[in-house]
Amino acid sequence: MLPELGQIALIGALLISLTMGTLPLIGASNGNQKLMRVGQTGAIAQFFLIAFSFVILTWAFVVQDFSVEYVARNSNSLLPMQYRFSAVWGSHEGSLLLWELILCLWTFAVAIFSKKLPDDFRARTLAVLGWISAGFLLFVIFTSNPFGRLIPQAVDGLDLNPLLQDPGLIIHPPMLYMGYVGFSVSFAFAVAALLGQQVTREWVRWSRPWTHVAWAFLTLGIALGSWWAYYELGWGGWWFWDPVENASFMPWIIGTALIHSQAVTEKRGTFRNWTLILAITAFSLCLLGTFLVRSGVLTSVHAFASDPTRGVFILTYLVVVVGGSLLLFAIRAPGMVQGSNFAGLSRETLILLNNLLLVVMAAMVLTGTLYPLLLDALDAGKISVGPPYFGTLFALLLIPLAVLLPFGFYARWQEDSLKRLLGELRVPAFAALVGGVATYFLLPTAGGWGVAGVAGAFWIMASCLRYYRERMTANPGQRPGRGETGMIIAHFGVGLFLVGASLTNPVSSEKHLRMVAGDSFELAGYNFVFEGTRGVRGPNYVADEGEFIVYKSGKRVTSLYPQKRRYSNGQVMTEAALDPGLTRDLYVGLGEALNEQGTAWAVRLYHKPFIRFIWIGALLMMAGGFLAATDRRYRRPVSQKAETRPTDANLAEAPA
Amino acid sequence: MTPTRKRRLIAVVLILAGVGVASTIAFYSLQENLLYFQSPSELAQQPIPAGRQFRLGGLVKPGSVERQGESLTTQFVVTDGPEEVTVEYVGTLPDLFREGQGVIARGALDDSGLFAASEVLAKHDENYMPPEVADALKESGHVSMQSKDEG
Repeated sequence: MLPELGQIALIGALLISLTMGTLPLIGASNGNQKLMRVGQTGAIAQFFLIAFSFVILTWAFVVQDFSVEYVARNSNSLLPMQYRFSAVWGSHEGSLLLWELILCLWTFAVAIFSKKLPDDFRARTLAVLGWISAGFLLFVIFTSNPFGRLIPQAVDGLDLNPLLQDPGLIIHPPMLYMGYVGFSVSFAFAVAALLGQQVTREWVRWSRPWTHVAWAFLTLGIALGSWWAYYELGWGGWWFWDPVENASFMPWIIGTALIHSQAVTEKRGTFRNWTLILAITAFSLCLLGTFLVRSGVLTSVHAFASDPTRGVFILTYLVVVVGGSLLLFAIRAPGMVQGSNFAGLSRETLILLNNLLLVVMAAMVLTGTLYPLLLDALDAGKISVGPPYFGTLFALLLIPLAVLLPFGFYARWQEDSLKRLLGELRVPAFAALVGGVATYFLLPTAGGWGVAGVAGAFWIMASCLRYYRERMTANPGQRPGRGETGMIIAHFGVGLFLVGASLTNPVSSEKHLRMVAGDSFELAGYNFVFEGTRGVRGPNYVADEGEFIVYKSGKRVTSLYPQKRRYSNGQVMTEAALDPGLTRDLYVGLGEALNEQGTAWAVRLYHKPFIRFIWIGALLMMAGGFLAATDRRYRRPVSQKAETRPTDANLAEAPA
Repeated sequence: MTPTRKRRLIAVVLILAGVGVASTIAFYSLQENLLYFQSPSELAQQPIPAGRQFRLGGLVKPGSVERQGESLTTQFVVTDGPEEVTVEYVGTLPDLFREGQGVIARGALDDSGLFAASEVLAKHDENYMPPEVADALKESGHVSMQSKDEG
């Protein structure tokens, strides 16, 4: 009975979203307050209905209702309780319901926190979000119903894919979706502004905190995915340029460009069209990502099932959203000349360069991801694009980005002189030199990229620190607000990320070898002693657990217990063991037994220096994004007149 | 030309040049890193010269997996029904590597016709068949083994 109620709630939410998509639009066009208010009521009702159906699906997992097909496929009577919750989004249908729930949560937040916005603008924004929700609900109800019954009921479930039975996977999808779906708000703001022809500076100011929050969640989601792949896939890598990773990385790159472009539009009024295009592109790429991941065109852990109708549906949806919004842009985009002029060397120019580099980067990832699909569709052969393609181009584009980054926040709006900027940046340049030289001598295996990466990282981090110190000693009235502090923190995070990303690969050591109990192997100064294996039993698996004791210069560092698990559904999985550290991770993966008695094992040993910097850097970027979203100026009441010039001094004035 | 126009023109030219350079590098880098996928049947029709990297996919022939002593070197046969290729791999095999299951190996043929794999990928879970392998099997008419994997 309960699952049917869940389904009825879905249908009810669909009807509400359709109402939300139409009535407020009519109200906004003829100034009818009552019709406009339908948007808020609808957003709240829709959220509670979807939350209700989500709770029902979760309940079906908790009580193990194997008469629901989705539960029977993705759960098992032995599944531990915490994974029954994450199993809700462990496969196609449930993950779409999570997508929809998060969309409703964002819509709900817009309805609650945008009371200061003009009524018609808010009504249009909520209407756009209503349309997005309606399209997605149609998809869920007609192609991916999570509440379908299984008759006769299954005796036991098939179990959740063991790869997904991991704490990292409990939070990775919700965080990633918070980011993905969050860009629907920037998108809805852009479309609403186009519909009402209100592409003003104030519009950008309303939109900015939402973009920051979505971007911060996406950063966290991607970092969690990378961390999970690192310890769970058991191969010691942190980024594989897998099409699914690319699918989440592309909206992140464009989202980053959008944040910078929005800053210019808010402060100077320029780049309006560009900001609109980026907002539309970012959300389109999120939908494209959903399509790539969920339609089964890709070989991946994320491609749950290949059902052609689903792919066709998402593709149609994508075409309608992208085509419709671009058409609207073509008709309604504000004229070309707007905002204040700027000189060849100014903060505007530098942000323009940043945007160009980021867009080229996204285009390069898009090409590498879609090219194989295109050739396949044309029957021109099955190919794949090797990771070196992405790695090389990414590194090449990172060089100008890293070099120009400090100029970006030191440069004044409108016009600046190169001489002044170079003077300001003498100290960071010295820091970069020290960092590069130190790396060259201390880490001889780092190679050219490692040295360049550390130099770039020091260049960025030193400028962040210096800039922040200067700003903190400014007049009390002009000290940095949260927006500016967040910006500095996020860019400092870029520096830390660069340290990890450029050093980990060249400095790491790894060894695949055969070991029997008592064997030892020395890797990068650490002596790994294999003590043998023993059988252990988990809630829904049995495993061989190896014991490795690691010594350094005769002193015991740690013991590691990697496992080779066999789950109740027969699936075998490696659970790597690792000893994390700020400057190095020790990592052991257990391969297969090499003889009948199970005394000799294939073993993978890794020494991974600085890999934590990658995720610490990403976490700082996320923190910066969240902090910037809470800046005081976003909470100021909105005047209906356009402002003539920005009143807050924080970003507009560079220190003398 | 007014100074503003001149400046704009320079900016546009610089941007176009930058994009041009970027796309040229991207194009060559893409060409260099393309890996073709071949099934054993395709390989039999159109041999690939030794030493050239490609991806080989099919099913691991039951009973063909052989480990050399207790070392990390494994040999197995990849088949799509009519044709087969022997693969040699040194290292630990993925968890889901199993006889009778779909597999994709990256590597190159050596002079004796043995496929030396540098990487072996198996499917991610029990119900999933890499699409390339599924298609290749369908084309060679070898569908009986994968029917249970669909869905």
